[in-house]
Amino acid sequence: MEPSEIEKLADLARLEITADTVNETAKSINEVLALVDQLKSADTDNVQPMSHPLDVTQVLRPDQVTESCQREKLLESAPATERGLFLVPKVIE
Amino acid sequence: MHSLSIAEIIDKLRKKEFSSQEITQFFLKRIQQNDQKYNSFISLCEEQALTQARAADANLAAQTAPSALCGVPIAHKDIFCTEGLRTTCGSRMLQNFNPPYNATVVENFLSAGAVTLGKTNMDEFAMGSSNETSYFGAVKNPWDLRCVPGGSSGGSAAAVAARLVPGATATDTGGSIRQPAALCGITGIKPTYGRVSRWGMIAFASSLDQAGVMARDARDAALLLSTMASHDHRDSTSMDRPREDYSRQLDKPISELRIGIPKEYFDQGLNAGTEKAVQEAISSLTKLGAKTHAISLPHTHLAVPAYYVIAPAECSTNLSRFDGVRYGHRCENPKDLLDLYKRSRGEGFGAEVKRRILVGTYALSSGYYDAYYRKAQQVRRLIKQDFVDAFKEVDMIVGPTCPSPAFEFGAKGDDPVAMYLEDIYTIAANLAGLPAMSIPCGLVDNKPVGLQLIGNYFAEGSLLNAAHQFQCHTDFHTQTPKDLT
Repeated sequence: MEPSEIEKLADLARLEITADTVNETAKSINEVLALVDQLKSADTDNVQPMSHPLDVTQVLRPDQVTESCQREKLLESAPATERGLFLVPKVIE
Repeated sequence: MHSLSIAEIIDKLRKKEFSSQEITQFFLKRIQQNDQKYNSFISLCEEQALTQARAADANLAAQTAPSALCGVPIAHKDIFCTEGLRTTCGSRMLQNFNPPYNATVVENFLSAGAVTLGKTNMDEFAMGSSNETSYFGAVKNPWDLRCVPGGSSGGSAAAVAARLVPGATATDTGGSIRQPAALCGITGIKPTYGRVSRWGMIAFASSLDQAGVMARDARDAALLLSTMASHDHRDSTSMDRPREDYSRQLDKPISELRIGIPKEYFDQGLNAGTEKAVQEAISSLTKLGAKTHAISLPHTHLAVPAYYVIAPAECSTNLSRFDGVRYGHRCENPKDLLDLYKRSRGEGFGAEVKRRILVGTYALSSGYYDAYYRKAQQVRRLIKQDFVDAFKEVDMIVGPTCPSPAFEFGAKGDDPVAMYLEDIYTIAANLAGLPAMSIPCGLVDNKPVGLQLIGNYFAEGSLLNAAHQFQCHTDFHTQTPKDLT
């Protein structure tokens, strides 16, 4: 992976990678990808992908409201709020 | 008083040899006086602890049958949300985060009357095997301060090893309970996936994460796990099984036990001293009547590669919740929303977390999904099948927890792959979702070695039984670092 690809990837992940660390990041990610490439040696024809260790399916529950509104309490953790809402930079001109 | 086990503390609280307030104060003071050496705690909660201890003393006096852990002081890994008590996950991102609720694990201990002393240090977002990725500085190994305690639950492991706390909670996604337990000479157990609720436990890789405990010995680990493990409807992967009393089968003889010794766990990468200690431990088990079987887990070499697709993929998804808007770190003067996201996350996360988010984003991106994520999930099934086949012949699998004893700080700092291989024997149990534990089985250059026991699904009781029987006939679990004051 080239440093320019790292910048694109970081953009997709919404992650700032500073210019002075791009090369180093690319190098270490290439090392990890080389490790991961060992998977190619495995014969996985007709093997079902496994997403849950016990192959259990999702539990369903009745569609009922069980949570109470905790607006004030949850807003306490937010870095910036205004009039009971999360505050973000202007999105729509 | 610091040398007491949880079982002994429970006994003495009932005999009124000391009160919960007295033992709580004792451990708080002990942490304050000694922890600058180890850095095993991120936060202490003196006031809350003493309030909880007062309530426990009242319950111990009033009730005829209080819960087993009533009045016993413990610590929580700083990955479990504690209401009103700072929960950092070892990250700058959550440096000032006060959760609005308690994790189910924390609730379970609170309703049993256990006392929370504080929150233990850890690798950032549980990503690391040496504790060097913590934003709050690395934890030092009490056996040798130049060495790492292991990770990611290094704070819980070091605190128990230095006898700053009788027991602690921890989590294990790829070895984060067993490897630090091995490196710090204590007992740690990761239960079956789904046995302990993940609700309120900050997520890293949701199909692998599982909470467990660290203690001095298997008897104490059984006491803690019996309180911790419960079904929780708020965690959709929590198993609907009744609570278990893991203390009940500790004393069962292990004369019928069939233990499998996987040849792949004794390969070239294994330190000679570690191998010798592990082989001696296996001989001790056979002297107690266990029968050994040579087995093979042929896909072992693919466990680390599969993990480093699945764990980063799930981490990149889970950590997308940190957006600088609802909670966590937010950058100064964002020029627009994209800048807010990118800089808040860029500043809030450390290098290893960023690396895993990027690897995960890559593995899940369009055009690469089949080659990486789907392939890794297929290999995951092959790894699980190795264990399913092995458990047709044996009851338990035994081998080393990690390839060598604790290494020095910085030894693997620049090489992520060398660090990842530290978990070469532990990761497969997470991929398969099996319960596994590490118990001390000797010293190499005065540093502890861990013996790993891997059980079949929901066989936590059998693992603790075998570990307890081993500990009844050996004294490795009673050994402590030399300069412990």
